[in-house]
Amino acid sequence: MNNPSDRSLTPIPRRRLVELLLGSGFVATAAAFLYPLWQYLIPPKATDLGGDSVVAARVGELKPNSGKIFRFGDRPGLLIRTANGEYRAMSATCTHLSCTVQYRDDLHEVWCACHNGMYDLNGRNISGPPPRPLVAFEVQIRGDEVFVRRRREA
Amino acid sequence: MGFLHNLRDWLNDRIEWDDLIAPLREKTVPKHRLSYWYFLGGITLFLFIIQVLTGILLLLYYRPGENSAFESVQYIMTQVKFGWLIRSVHSWSANLMIFTAFAHMFSVLFLKAYRKPRELTWVSGVILLLLVMGFGFSGYLLPWNTLAFFATKVGTEITGQVPVIGRPMLIFLRGGEEVTGATLTRFFGFHVAVLPGIATMLIALHLLLVQRQGISVPPNVELAWKANPSAQRETKFFPNFLLRELMAWYVALGVLGALAAIFPWNLGTKADPFSPAPAGIKPEWYFLFMFQTLKLIPPKVWLIDGEVLGVVGFGLVALLWLLLPFFESSDPSRTKRWITGVGVFALAYIAGMSVYGHLAK
Repeated sequence: MNNPSDRSLTPIPRRRLVELLLGSGFVATAAAFLYPLWQYLIPPKATDLGGDSVVAARVGELKPNSGKIFRFGDRPGLLIRTANGEYRAMSATCTHLSCTVQYRDDLHEVWCACHNGMYDLNGRNISGPPPRPLVAFEVQIRGDEVFVRRRREA
Repeated sequence: MGFLHNLRDWLNDRIEWDDLIAPLREKTVPKHRLSYWYFLGGITLFLFIIQVLTGILLLLYYRPGENSAFESVQYIMTQVKFGWLIRSVHSWSANLMIFTAFAHMFSVLFLKAYRKPRELTWVSGVILLLLVMGFGFSGYLLPWNTLAFFATKVGTEITGQVPVIGRPMLIFLRGGEEVTGATLTRFFGFHVAVLPGIATMLIALHLLLVQRQGISVPPNVELAWKANPSAQRETKFFPNFLLRELMAWYVALGVLGALAAIFPWNLGTKADPFSPAPAGIKPEWYFLFMFQTLKLIPPKVWLIDGEVLGVVGFGLVALLWLLLPFFESSDPSRTKRWITGVGVFALAYIAGMSVYGHLAK
């Protein structure tokens, strides 16, 4: 034991061991802090209070050839009454860059003002930059209320 | 290592980095049996940094306003993952910071570290302590709970007792005649913008002064070293003292984390301006000694209102406290013993009144 050359035989020198313990202690501390921090930064999922169905308008509120924006949960929806009195409903969020679209009674089409995107009355993208159609909703009239609901995915 | 060397060379070419940190390499810290007290200021700084970081995190979800403040804190504590922990750390760290700031101040007082040329360091430190109490007072209201609401009502009412400027100050603080949502908006602004700005500048000044003047040696140690120069000891600031300080920070972090996790901070009930104050309501512990003093002063002392007397008295004491170094002699063999006496009395008074206030009904 007194032979100094014995030291070189020990697999991990004492100093290295201390460094290793201290280092892993710091790494563990950092992990114990970064994990909660990371979790904290992720916003909790918002509870969509909208449900599957919403009253978009009252019967008679919309004249033929007009449209209105209604609240569907956190997002806007577009309810249209066509020139011949039919109701149509769709998401009002443009599929291009998420502006809110509007009904153009002069063109009888749905128009996005941001980049001149056009959709037809079924929500199909017909001109301009939108890449996809607007999600269409079901419309039901119950009593004097116009209900809009999501289409069940078959 | 190669990368760090390259980075250093790169910085050296541009901002002469080595010259910039040279003072830190040269800096030494006196070494004697009382050296441990030097850690307290650093720990206070560390807790301030924690406050800034957790405060920024809370700002991600907090919404000021009569109808949203309480709800948003509730949301942080129940919906956001580890939100309860972040808020608990912020509250605990605030209280610990006030405690270490007081401890730091009294250690400086008893080690007589405020003597010439360090008067301005003392003055900036006392102002910082007042700011820290301002942080505590303004932050306390932000969750908009019952205790906070009445604490703010009473606290601002006391401000209103100051002769001449009291009333305008009360209106300014409350944003009107009463404590309302307008008060909350103001306190939020003070807490997250005004006070942090001023405090950061003052801390920079405080640290710059400490750096310029080096760390003080207590007079009796100074005399002993003068008599026997071979007894003089010092530690290099970098890395020796700094590493020890960092270990102290690490321990502080451990204590803080444990307290925050084991004793999470409560939220209480939402403030209702039209409900009576709950029984046994008291201010936070660091205001308790003043609160208790005001309670003990009779309503009329000769011709003066008791409250007014108390408020003016505390104001004068604070002013004298601020100017304390200017009464001291710079000669280590002629330091004023009465200043130490005043310090002992102040500490005993604050501790005694706090305990009394805590126990009193």
